[in-house]
Amino acid sequence: MVESLPKDPLITPELIADHGITPDEYERLKGILKREPTYTELGIFSVMWSEHCSYKNSRKQLKNFPTEGLQVLIKAGEENAGVIDVGDGWAVAFKVESHNHPSAVEPFQGAATGVGGILRDIFTMGARPVINMNSLRFGRPNSGQVQQLVDGVVGGIAHYGNCMGIPTIGGDVYYDETYETNCLVNAFSLGIMKIDEIQRGEATGVGNPVFYVGAATGKDGIHGATFASTELTEESEAKRSSVQVGDPFMEKLLLEACLELFQTDHIVGIQDMGAAGLTCSTCETASRGGSGVEIDVALVPQREANMTPYEILLSESQERMLVIVKKGREEAVHKIFEKWDLHVVEIGHVTDDGLMRVKYNGKVVAEIPAREIADDAPLYDPSASKPKYLKAVSAWQLSELPQPGSDMTNILMKLLSEPTIGSKKDIYRRYDHMVRTGTVVLPGSDAAVFWMREADKYLSLAADCNGRYCYLDPVMGSRIAVAESARNIVCSGGRPLALTDCLNFGNPTKPEIFWQFKACVQGLKEGCEAFNTPVTGGNVSFYNENPEGAIDPTPLVVMVGQIDKKEHITTQWFKKEGDAVCLLDGLQDDSLAGIGGSEYLRRIHDLKTGNPPCMDLKKEKALQDALLKAITSGLIRSAHDVSEGGLAVCAAECCFTAPMEVESEAVKLGAKLDFTSVGSRTPRPDALLFGEQQSRVIVSLAPENVTALEEIAKEFGVKCDLLGTVTGEELEITLNQGTLIKAKVDDLKKAWRDAYKNAAGLSE
Amino acid sequence: MKIGIVVFPGSNCDYDCLTSFSRLAKENGLTAEVGYVWHKESNPGTFDAYVLPGGFSYGDYLRCGAIARFSPIMEEVTAHAKKGRPVIGICNGFQILCESGLLPGALYMNRDLNFICEHVYLRTERNDTIFTSLCKSKEVLNIPIAHGEGNYYADDETLKKLEDEDLVAFRYCTGDGLVTPEVNPNGSRNNIAGIFNKERTILGMMPHPERAAEPGLGSSDGQKIIVSLLKNIAK
Repeated sequence: MVESLPKDPLITPELIADHGITPDEYERLKGILKREPTYTELGIFSVMWSEHCSYKNSRKQLKNFPTEGLQVLIKAGEENAGVIDVGDGWAVAFKVESHNHPSAVEPFQGAATGVGGILRDIFTMGARPVINMNSLRFGRPNSGQVQQLVDGVVGGIAHYGNCMGIPTIGGDVYYDETYETNCLVNAFSLGIMKIDEIQRGEATGVGNPVFYVGAATGKDGIHGATFASTELTEESEAKRSSVQVGDPFMEKLLLEACLELFQTDHIVGIQDMGAAGLTCSTCETASRGGSGVEIDVALVPQREANMTPYEILLSESQERMLVIVKKGREEAVHKIFEKWDLHVVEIGHVTDDGLMRVKYNGKVVAEIPAREIADDAPLYDPSASKPKYLKAVSAWQLSELPQPGSDMTNILMKLLSEPTIGSKKDIYRRYDHMVRTGTVVLPGSDAAVFWMREADKYLSLAADCNGRYCYLDPVMGSRIAVAESARNIVCSGGRPLALTDCLNFGNPTKPEIFWQFKACVQGLKEGCEAFNTPVTGGNVSFYNENPEGAIDPTPLVVMVGQIDKKEHITTQWFKKEGDAVCLLDGLQDDSLAGIGGSEYLRRIHDLKTGNPPCMDLKKEKALQDALLKAITSGLIRSAHDVSEGGLAVCAAECCFTAPMEVESEAVKLGAKLDFTSVGSRTPRPDALLFGEQQSRVIVSLAPENVTALEEIAKEFGVKCDLLGTVTGEELEITLNQGTLIKAKVDDLKKAWRDAYKNAAGLSE
Repeated sequence: MKIGIVVFPGSNCDYDCLTSFSRLAKENGLTAEVGYVWHKESNPGTFDAYVLPGGFSYGDYLRCGAIARFSPIMEEVTAHAKKGRPVIGICNGFQILCESGLLPGALYMNRDLNFICEHVYLRTERNDTIFTSLCKSKEVLNIPIAHGEGNYYADDETLKKLEDEDLVAFRYCTGDGLVTPEVNPNGSRNNIAGIFNKERTILGMMPHPERAAEPGLGSSDGQKIIVSLLKNIAK
């Protein structure tokens, strides 16, 4: 018999609405229970059926993603993170997740617990996390509020990752008005394990004890998942208690204890307590195991006196795990967690009745069919309508833009000074990016490259998404997100394997937002199919919106690739005086020449319009295949893809982005480049220099290898233009014998290096 | 020989020390048993050297290294050090050595209050020690740092003693070995990156030699410190 507690509030329509449950959903809930819920049960339903946990508005769309592949060992949605095979009995688990709302309200703790949460998703799979990355989106840095956000978020990520001893080796950062009051903090982690060490989040074996391990439970983070499923308003500040507080030291102990536990065969399943805490882990393990779980929450270690079952179940206190132990192995499990000075308490057991039964000092306070609550959440198909702004966007013509003047060097300087384009060193030097001694390419190249010492394998990783492209054309923009991340992997010498995505959008119940969402899912799907890179998991973050409007749709992609041989590792900067510089161009045709949606158009002309660059996935694939063949044939010394800022920014970055062992001594090489052949297929000089046309890569190579490169390009139907030579201390770009750009590499580098400081007005 | 790498709760460079020390021993034809020693161990047996690795022992709570010094193993490490046997403390290990009184001074927050991870140059101040015997005189080494609290401080008297007795092991410097304020990453006094005890059997340093111990990682200069120690123990 389920009982209400004396202090439980009365269940009224207002209370139901406060829990984010609609009248229809309440009826559905009663249908499942076949009675009225208790207050505790209402809380359980509200978190499990929140957007954050149930994906109720997105799930139907997400089914469109390709999730299968020979490389996939655990598919999207099956477990806490997807797992792929990297050969010789080794596997990697990885996932990206958002922590946008908490970071907006409390940047340091919000970002820190974002890292903590994604790490638990990885090690609950049995993997040791060895790589962290993050993708950040902020407003323009000239406001003090944004600077505080940047400082808090970066500080929080550094605090957690550094203490855990996991290198943060890459990511991306954009600074755009659209994220002014809705910053995005997407945290990625990857772990490594032997295939036979994969753990499952299942509760099986009737009578097996259920253990609670890790930190004690407090009142922090209650209703965090529900909080993440609404728009941010003035009142959000008042919900600060929804933000959890992280303790990376505790998580480090938990990680080591769990990995020690995985070396034994004492357990049948394990699941982290993330969003919706104990509630979610209990019913998900029961649902996956096809069983029931009974727990007594009075046994849960608590940080505060007199916590109610409602609070214990809904708390999102960090650094906790639920472990399903084999009967008879209790003592051995106790020993491991006690060694690491962690709480370890038996709080219940596995049953065969399919129910999540919660007791409080022996009294049953909740009893819910586990499978139904975990898997039968309401699913919606919100209405979608094409946003009105798109009409003007697609009608925009390049001819509307005044012809450029002669001062192209100045424009190049301005673009290099854009914080989105400029150096991110001030951020990544605050992250320990070298611990575990596997970071063979330091942050600052197209892709991060990590050597997994245990397995002797090289991974390449890249995070990409240009939200402005997605705003202007969601299908095209999302295709580009997948294509660019894959291209970055190939530039580093790797093969793209699979990806994880974090879909950041506004309020899905607004038809124009949901239209954007559907179109982005379509674009991602097409991209995944083109590169044979299934989605292995990820996260949807809706309601990134404030009273002024929604963010640009930002479907972030983190691609994981593999580099077969150490010799194939390639970086973006020029290596040697006298080398030839070539452009590999897969597309060769785009009516706007990549000016629509470009940084040039946005920052120099203050326009956010035009069709974004065209992405022809077949031609992109041909480009990537050609480049990979050239790299693996040993022809290429550097490869850098053309993205924000176009060809001129790309060429400049090739000159000066070599890692700075000591700032003053970094390698800087100039180049003399003639753009006449590329110019012949581009309408005007500004489009030639700053257009962001896709499917292009600048490579440098020994002059004697140019013919071989041209042959490979021809084989794949890719254009190869010989642009010039690596030489001197200047970057000089000419067109039909006229000089377009001429600048000292030192000056270009300075603009690029100090971009954030200058934009923020912080330069000395 | 036996090398003990102490694992405190929160140590996170233990694995890097284990892999680099054991690999370098093997590459140099030395028979070395390199293993972890759990911090709760009070009777771990005899070691030829202890390594206190980097990380965040006890989450850096209270002060970096302030709690770790009370771990049972530290009594053993202190007794070992008192016998004149080698101890090397890297990063958090250096902080623990200072907290436990095996080395003088303290590590403050970095001058700009942020964690800093990057390659720096170090000038080897003397090459007649068991930790630096493979370095040339005043050799400049490229080794990365990664710390939030590496700003070495000692009072004037202690500092004078360190300088007078030549107990400074490494200083932050330019690629040419010039010690200037501009290349001091954290504000440490006299650009100090590492120091010895009086007998030069204990070395504490903020930079991570184990992160620069093979060519694939940008620099292999850290090998010189690790191999010096291993070879001198083997003698």
